[in-house]
Amino acid sequence: MRALLRRAPLAASSLVVASVLAVAACSSGGSSGSSGSSSSSGSGSSGSSAKSGLKVFVIPKNLGNPYFTTADSKGTGGAIAAIDSLGDTGTETSGNAATSASQIPAIQAAITKGANALVVSATDPTALCPTLNGAIKRKITVVTYDSDAPGCRSLFINQASTAAIGTSEVDLLAKEIGDSGEIGIVSAAASATNQNAWIGYMKQELAKYPKMKLVATVYGNDDPATATQVTQGLLEQYPNIKGIISPTTVGILAAAGVLDSAKYRGKVQLTGLGTPDSMKKYVSDGTVKAFELWNPANLGYLAGYAAADIAGGSLKVKQGASFKAGKLGSFTIGADNTVLLGPPTVFSSANINNFNF
Amino acid sequence: MELEDLRTRLRAVSRKPDNLRRVLRWETGLVVVVIAVAILGSSLSSEFFTANNFFNLTLNNGEIAIMALPMTLIIISGEIDLSVESTLGMSSALLGVLYLHKLPMILIFVIVAVVGALAGAVNGLLVTRVGLPSLAVTIGTLALYRGIALILLGPKTVANFPATYTNVGVEAIPHTDLSWSMGIFIVLAVIFGIVLHATPYGRSVYAMGDNAEAALYAGIRVKRIKTSLFVISGLASALAGVLFTFRLNTAVQDNGTGLSLDVVAIVLLAGVSIFGGKGSIAGVFLAVLAFAGLQNALLLTNFNQEATGLVTGGLLLVSVFVPNAAMFVRYIRGVASRAARRTPEPALSLPRKDT
Amino acid sequence: MTATLAPAREPGSPVPASSRRLAERVFRIRELGIVAVLIVFVAVTAAIQPRFLNSSNIQFVLVDATIYGLLALGETLVVITRNVDLSVGSVLGISAFACAKLASAAHGVPLPVVFLAGLGIGLGFGVINGLMVALGRVPSLVVTLATLYIIRGIDVLVVGGGQVVPSSYYPSFLSMSKATVLGVPDLAIAVAVLVALGWYGLRTFRSGRELYAIGSNPDAARLAGIPMGRRVFTTFAISGAIAGLAGVLWASRYGTVDSTAGTSYELQVIAAVVVGGVAIFGGSGSVVGAAIGALLLQTINSALYVLGVSPNWDQAIAGFLLILAIVLDRIISVRLTASLRRRSARRGT
Repeated sequence: MRALLRRAPLAASSLVVASVLAVAACSSGGSSGSSGSSSSSGSGSSGSSAKSGLKVFVIPKNLGNPYFTTADSKGTGGAIAAIDSLGDTGTETSGNAATSASQIPAIQAAITKGANALVVSATDPTALCPTLNGAIKRKITVVTYDSDAPGCRSLFINQASTAAIGTSEVDLLAKEIGDSGEIGIVSAAASATNQNAWIGYMKQELAKYPKMKLVATVYGNDDPATATQVTQGLLEQYPNIKGIISPTTVGILAAAGVLDSAKYRGKVQLTGLGTPDSMKKYVSDGTVKAFELWNPANLGYLAGYAAADIAGGSLKVKQGASFKAGKLGSFTIGADNTVLLGPPTVFSSANINNFNF
Repeated sequence: MELEDLRTRLRAVSRKPDNLRRVLRWETGLVVVVIAVAILGSSLSSEFFTANNFFNLTLNNGEIAIMALPMTLIIISGEIDLSVESTLGMSSALLGVLYLHKLPMILIFVIVAVVGALAGAVNGLLVTRVGLPSLAVTIGTLALYRGIALILLGPKTVANFPATYTNVGVEAIPHTDLSWSMGIFIVLAVIFGIVLHATPYGRSVYAMGDNAEAALYAGIRVKRIKTSLFVISGLASALAGVLFTFRLNTAVQDNGTGLSLDVVAIVLLAGVSIFGGKGSIAGVFLAVLAFAGLQNALLLTNFNQEATGLVTGGLLLVSVFVPNAAMFVRYIRGVASRAARRTPEPALSLPRKDT
Repeated sequence: MTATLAPAREPGSPVPASSRRLAERVFRIRELGIVAVLIVFVAVTAAIQPRFLNSSNIQFVLVDATIYGLLALGETLVVITRNVDLSVGSVLGISAFACAKLASAAHGVPLPVVFLAGLGIGLGFGVINGLMVALGRVPSLVVTLATLYIIRGIDVLVVGGGQVVPSSYYPSFLSMSKATVLGVPDLAIAVAVLVALGWYGLRTFRSGRELYAIGSNPDAARLAGIPMGRRVFTTFAISGAIAGLAGVLWASRYGTVDSTAGTSYELQVIAAVVVGGVAIFGGSGSVVGAAIGALLLQTINSALYVLGVSPNWDQAIAGFLLILAIVLDRIISVRLTASLRRRSARRGT
C-alpha cells in the first residue's frame, strides 16, 4: 500500500493531464468538422458545379500503391486533376497497410478536417460502413471507386461491369488455349470485394466451356513474393495446367515472372489484369499474349468529378440520371447507383506500345 | 563475480528509492511529451481539441491500449509476447464463426475468453515448462494463431453483428467523449496499476525481471506467475479482438495484422526496460496518450502519412537514448580523454550493468 | 556443494584438443539434426507427391530460399552475440528499390556496380545500427525495431507510389536469378559459398570465436579483454551489408519493386535462425544451421503448396512446425548440455 501511496503523486498528475484533455475536448464547442464550413460561392447555378471551393478527400486502399497513385494524382490526370478542374481542393490520404484498421483513421481525419466529399476505394465491403455512414449523416458525399462498400455510399464508380470483367477474362483465356484444358486463378487477398465478385462471374462463364476446368484458386495477397510462390505451387501441383488468369496487377506480373522460362512459355497461357507499362517485357518476349485493364487515371478522374458534382449540388444521384464528366464525356447512373467507366481495354502486342501507364 | 553479487544485493536492498527516482524521471518526461503533443496538435489544426476528434482518437487506439497492459507486465518480467495480434485475429474469427452458427452472444463471449486464455497458456507453458525463449515461441504462435483464424474463417467475412454491440464503434460512453474501448482500458489500467505496484504479485514480477535466479531462490513462484502473465495477455487480446470486431462490424481473418509491434513500441515508449525489472502503468497510460495523440495530430495536418513510421521509430530511439544520454556522454568523454593522453583502455574494467 | 575446481589455465594458451573436438562435435550434431529433419520431410512429401522432386520445383525452392538464407547468415552473426537485428527487411526493401533503379536501362550501370551499390546501402544502415548498439549501449531489440520503422518510412517516403517494372531493366539483370549450372541455380551456389565462408570465419579466426564468448557471457568477455564494442559493431555492419545484397537479388528475382519489398521478412528470418539451432540468447549456433533452417522453412512452404493443402491451412501448419522445431531443438540441447557437464566433471576440465 505504501508503494501505491508513493506513486500517488505520479498517478495523480497523469489523471490531471488526462482530465484536462478531456475537459478541453468536451468544452471546445461541439463542432465536429461537418461539411459546409467552406465558402459556398454561388448556388443553384446551371454550371457543372454549383458550389466550388469544396474539400474532397481521395482515400485509396493504401498509399504507396502504384495503381492508386496513377488513379489519384493530378499529374496523371486522375481524381485530383478532376477535382481541381472544378475549382475544388483535392487531397489524397490513407494508411500504409491495405487494411480497414489502417484506412479508417484517415477517413475520420478527413471528416474532421471538414471534408465535403470522400472518394474511397474500400479495403473491406463492410468494415468501413460505420465510419462512412457517420459521414453520410453529416451530409458528406461518399463515392466509392475501384472497390465498393455497398450500402454506405451514394455512388459507386465501377471500372467496368463486374460481369464484363469476369466473363471477358475467361473468354480471352479460352481463345488462347483452344477452349479446353485445366486453368487456375491467381488472385489477390482472399477477402477483396472486387476479386471475389470477378471470380464469381468467371466461374459462371466457365459453364460455357465444358472442356475447361478450374482446378484451383490461389491467393497472392498482392505481394510479389507470395504471388510468385503460389503460382509455382499451382504449376507443380497441376502439371497439366494450360492457362492462368490473374485479375490483379501484382499477381499477373508475378505469374509472368514464373512463366518467363523456356519450360513454360507458350505451354501455359497467362492473362488477367495488368498495366501496359509493366507488362511490355512479357508481351514482347511472348510470355503473355493478351491481357486487359482499364485506365486507372480515367477511373479516378470520373470518381473525383462525380464526387465534386454531387457535393456541389449539380448532380442528384438516382438511377437513370446522366451527367457529363469533363473530358471523359457522358455517363449514366445504372442499377444500384453504379456508374460504369466503360468496357475493359484488351492489350496485346498490337497496341501495347501506344499506352503509357 | 563476487563484485557483481554484492552490487545486485545492494540494488535489491536500495531498490525502492532507486526505482522511484528513475520512474519519476521517465514519467515526468512523458507528461511533458503529452503536453507538447497537445500543444502541437491544437496549433496545427483547430479541429484537434474537438469532442469528435478526441472520440476518434480513443476509438482507434482502445484495443492497442488494452493489449499494452499485460504486455507491460510481461516485459517487466523479462519476457515478450509477439503473438497478441494473432490472438486478437483468432478471437475475431472465432466470434464470427460462432455468430454465423447462431450461438447466443453470451456463450460466444465465454468461449472466446476461454480460447484466448488457452492461447496465452500455451505460450506460458512453452516458456516456463519447456524453457523456450519467449521471443522464439511467440513468433511461432504469431503464425499459428493467425493460421487458426484463417482455418476458422477462410476468405469469408462476417458482418451484420447486432447493433447493441456494434455501437461500441460509433457511440461514446454516455456523458463523455471516450470510446467504450478506452473506458475499459482506463478501468483495467487502474486495476493493473494496483496489482503491479501494490501487491506481492506485482513485486514478484519486478523481481523476476531484475534477476530471475535470485527471485527463484527467494521463493517466488516464477513459473506460475509467468504463465499467468501470458494467460492474462491472451485474455486481454481476446477482449481486444471482440472490441475490434464490433468496432469494424466485421470479422475477417486478417483483423489485427501488424499490431504486435505497435503494442511493443508503446510499452517501450512508456519507459519499460526491455531487460526487465523496470516500468510503470502510469507510464503506459501516458505513452498511449502520446502515441495516439501524435498519430492523430499528424493525420489532421498535411503531414505525409507515408512517413508516420519515421515518427514512431524516432520516438522509440528517443525513448532509449535519453535515459542513456548521461552515461553516453561520460563514456565519450572517457574515450576522448584516453585518446588525448594515449593510454590504453584498462583490460579489467568494472562490469557495468546496462540500465 | 562446489564442483571440483578446474586447474587454472593461462589466458591466451591454446584450448586443449579434446575440448575443441567435443565442442565441434556438439555443433555438428545439431546441424545434422536439422539436416535429418529436412531429409525426412522431403522424403515424406516426395512419397506422397513425386512431382515435389521435379528439377523445376527444386530450383524454385532453392531460389526462394537463397534470399532468406542470405539474411539468416547475417542475422546469425548478430544473434550469436546476444543481439537481434529486426531491420533487415526494411534494409532489403530500400536496397531493392535503389538498385532496381540503378539497373534500369536508363542508367545502364554494369551489374557488379549494382551489387556494390546494394552492399554499400546495406552497409551504411548496418553501420548506423552498429554504432547505436555498440556505442550507445542500447538494447538492440529496441534500436533495430526503431530502424525498422524509420528505414521503411524513408523507403515509402522516397518511393511513394512509384515502382520499377521488369521492362525497365537491361536483360541480364532479370535472368541472373534464373541462371543455373547443371540444374542448380547460380544464386544457391553463391549463397552456399558465402555460408561456407561464414562458417570458416567463425570457427578459425579469433574474432569469430570471440562472438560466441560475447553471447555466452558478456561480462566475462569484457573482463577477458575482448573488444566487445568493435565486434558487435562489425556484426551489425555485416548483417546490414548482407541485407543490402539480398535486396539486389530480390529485385532480380521478382522484377517488380515498390515500397513494400521485404515487409515482415525480419520475423521469418528470425524463425529460420531459431529453427536452425542458433540460440536466441546467444553463445551458440552455426551459420550452416541457420541456412539449413531457412531452406527447411521454404521447403515446408513449397511442400504445402505442392501437396495441395488448402491454402487456409498453410500458416497454421507453418507456425506449428516452427514451434515443434524449437521444442525439439531445446530437448536436444538440454540432453547435450547434461552430457557435456557429466563429461567435464569426469575429466575435471
